[in-house]
Amino acid sequence: MTPPVRRRTVHSGGLPLAVFEQGDPAAPTVLLVHGYPDTHAVWDDIAADLARDHHVVRYDVRGAGESGVPADRAGYRLEQLAEDLFAVADAVSPDRPVHLLAHDWGSIQSWEAVTAPGAEHRIASYTTVSGPSLDHMGHWLRHRLRRPTPRHLRQLLHQGAHSWYITAFHLPFLAPAVWRLGLARAWPRVLRDLEHVTPRADHPQRSLRRDAVRGIELYRANFRPTLGSPRERPTEVPVQLITLTRDRYVGTYLSEGLERWVPNLTRRTLHAGHWSALLEKGATVAGMVREFTARIDKGGAQPAEGEGRLVVVTGGGSGIGRATALAFAEDGARVVVCDLDLAAAERTAELASLIGPQAHAYRVDVSDGAAMDAFAQTVAAEHGVPDVMVNNAGIGHSGTFLQTTEKEWQRVLDVNLWGVIHGCRAFGTLMADSGQGGHIVNVSSAAAYLPSKALTAYATSKAAVFMLSDCLRAEFVGHGIGVSTICPGIVNTNITRTSTFSATTAVEQSAKQARAAKLYARRGFPPEKVATAILTAVRTGKPVVPVTPEAKAARLLSRLSPGLLRLAARLNVT
Amino acid sequence: MPPLAKATHATPASPASSAFPAFPYTEHDLARFRATQQLAYDCAEQVAAWIEPGVTERQATAELRRRLVAAGVQDFFHVPFAWFGDRTAFRHFHTPLQFFAGNRRLEEGMPYVLDCAPIVDGYTADIGYGGKVGENRVWDRLAADLKVYRELILTEVRARRPLNEVYAAVDAQIAAHGYDNRHQVYPGRVIGHQVTRTTVRGPAGVNVFGFGVRTLQTLGRELISERLHGRSPLWADGRSSRHAPTPGLWAVEPHIGFRGVGIKFEELLVVTEDDAYWLDDDLPHVRRWTTGSATAPATASTAAEPTDTLEATR
Ligand SMILES: NC(=O)c1ccc[n+]([C@@H]2O[C@H](COP(=O)([O-])OP(=O)(O)OC[C@H]3O[C@@H](n4cnc5c(N)ncnc54)[C@H](O)[C@@H]3O)[C@@H](O)[C@H]2O)c1
Repeated sequence: MTPPVRRRTVHSGGLPLAVFEQGDPAAPTVLLVHGYPDTHAVWDDIAADLARDHHVVRYDVRGAGESGVPADRAGYRLEQLAEDLFAVADAVSPDRPVHLLAHDWGSIQSWEAVTAPGAEHRIASYTTVSGPSLDHMGHWLRHRLRRPTPRHLRQLLHQGAHSWYITAFHLPFLAPAVWRLGLARAWPRVLRDLEHVTPRADHPQRSLRRDAVRGIELYRANFRPTLGSPRERPTEVPVQLITLTRDRYVGTYLSEGLERWVPNLTRRTLHAGHWSALLEKGATVAGMVREFTARIDKGGAQPAEGEGRLVVVTGGGSGIGRATALAFAEDGARVVVCDLDLAAAERTAELASLIGPQAHAYRVDVSDGAAMDAFAQTVAAEHGVPDVMVNNAGIGHSGTFLQTTEKEWQRVLDVNLWGVIHGCRAFGTLMADSGQGGHIVNVSSAAAYLPSKALTAYATSKAAVFMLSDCLRAEFVGHGIGVSTICPGIVNTNITRTSTFSATTAVEQSAKQARAAKLYARRGFPPEKVATAILTAVRTGKPVVPVTPEAKAARLLSRLSPGLLRLAARLNVT
Repeated sequence: MPPLAKATHATPASPASSAFPAFPYTEHDLARFRATQQLAYDCAEQVAAWIEPGVTERQATAELRRRLVAAGVQDFFHVPFAWFGDRTAFRHFHTPLQFFAGNRRLEEGMPYVLDCAPIVDGYTADIGYGGKVGENRVWDRLAADLKVYRELILTEVRARRPLNEVYAAVDAQIAAHGYDNRHQVYPGRVIGHQVTRTTVRGPAGVNVFGFGVRTLQTLGRELISERLHGRSPLWADGRSSRHAPTPGLWAVEPHIGFRGVGIKFEELLVVTEDDAYWLDDDLPHVRRWTTGSATAPATASTAAEPTDTLEATR
């Protein structure tokens, strides 16, 4: 059941504005300002979501929907639009500053309000989607025209190519005619085909044709005067900038250097198009706004890059997994670790909580698909959708092909390959659905490209993880999810003490484990360095990362001289 | 702090020839050793109460020495040491010279370690005192967990396990805790060394590389005589420690670290022919655990009972 939407009228600049309220009026107010050629209806999903814990207020901007229409072009000037915004804010929340969320033209006019002197007393925070301040943009253009480096020229050309419609909107007769003669009717198809927005009954609004034609005045009244002589417009208001990676109209680099005007700036990225962000990913945008307003209301400072990220690490109770969890925690990430060994995982979480935000531990067997699905659901419900997933849990096994029993094969593949498959499926689905992108790290091994007759099952499982990651990367790029394959090499961890050996007695096996442990200890490469490599891979998006020198050398050899490695594979190395 | 000497590789002698020496001390001797150790910890606590942000390591060691001498100390097994901040975890130590006190200034929230080895009438103590100024949650965790090592070492030595195996057990515990072994940074990677009554007549107060001349004389004599028996007065993880604990007194100094924080204790362990015990339980770090002010130590990580369902634990 949807809670009732209360309608009221606020008068501003001689016009009636249609205002729509929902949610508890005692809760923090968030004011939503729509763009062109929309009405307040474009916010339906986001408003319903935010109304759970906010007082949500939307209005039709002048000239659109049920609000009044200005008599002339001057009535569409930015100063007037900002005045409308303040009038609505004063009417619905006279005593407390409001949080602001705006899209497209709504965002452009909100910038005007946010950068007005003293705005910080009326506006608590501002989340902006796809609409720059025209003043900032004017400075952006000037700066690039004055310093036409190749990079700047590329940006100018790109933005120019994506702003053709703005020019078109300035031509007399043309744009209104296009809207009237069919674009309005075709709009749902445009949204579906270009923006991947599922058509729905109540959208676009029935008044679209009228709104679209009138709204052209927004462009005509403001672009030339403001871009031509931009003002200095800094602001004290905390701003959250949501950049849409598939926005056809606003280039991502338009926000380059925005920190100059907005000292308190938080950048977020959403993998969505100009309209699909609101109409398909409403819950995600609402979540970002909720996080931001909560932080601002608590007086929280602006987090550093990497801070507050949610990171999941499997096999986090020991070795590379523990070191990785700790490194992420130290970087400010909220860490969730799972392991078969709950006590070990809890210990990791405890250490992580000492050097970073509160961390959490779960007992999960990665080879159990249903348990991994349940784990992903629990993480999503209790901590949110992860930004980074590290599929690290794995076991060592040594044995030639004829020595290795079916059961041993199954165990190695269950943990090393199926564990990664389950992790990618369960958490990759969460990431793709959220639209926020993310990064998946799969810990493979140098054994993936270094054949050895003594490591048949292990190397096979790791080679499969390597290929799985390559295929996954190609698919997930469309979701803004990076995939990195890590090939550590010989790293001093517990793995040697738990590795199993085919065709050995218990006594022989522990002797071999001790020998391997000694060798790995003598090599002395610490898991912390693998953790550093993993953090770097996530930051840079590097697809394949061999870590130790021997892992790098082997990778080089495997490409230069695979025949040599095939020969070497015959050596007895256990 | 162990002597800055490498453990010489002893040729393992056949078990028959390595007859253990009898426990060499009387009750009176033990009381004197205990008194010296109390005196050392007492001075360390005085310095801990005096120390504050802005003080340098050198100033701290000078203060420690001053108080020890005022309390009647005639000579030192080694010069006093003080490490501040991440130097408590021996981060970026490349040469033994870096062990000596330097110009690092104490800051709010920093951990520190004091290490001194006073000698009174030939009775030697060698102690390590870990502290912090202000808040440091990592230090709190480490300080609480240090208890596990004190108990583990005693249990293992009581079972008369070879010293290199005790060392390995400590290493395994450090790994389970998620810490780093920092005593391996000491010369010879030692976790402890034997302490005897110095009876030689070298010049008191003169030191070579931080170690008293008398210390070196005594130590040289020990190294030679122990080596003849396939034992070492230095306790490390190599072959030279592959022998049951030698009766006598051992200064034991597990030193653990996590990120930029290190902590240790160092105190005398009494090893008799068939038993072992800590010479004194009335020491600052032990009092910290027993007064309950510290966090409960994390126990050794044991495999959790297999559980069918997913468990949220925190
Ligand atoms: N150490 C190396 O030299 C090395 C080299 C190449 C690749 N790797 C890979 O790195 C990864 C981590 O290994 P490590 O060296 O840190 O080993 P480790 O044994 O120290 O840690 C592995 C952790 O995974 C956990 N685990 C094992 N099976 C699990 C399961 N079914 N479900 C949940 N948790 C499970 C273990 O309990 C352990 O805590 C593994 O995938 C391993 O194959 C290690």
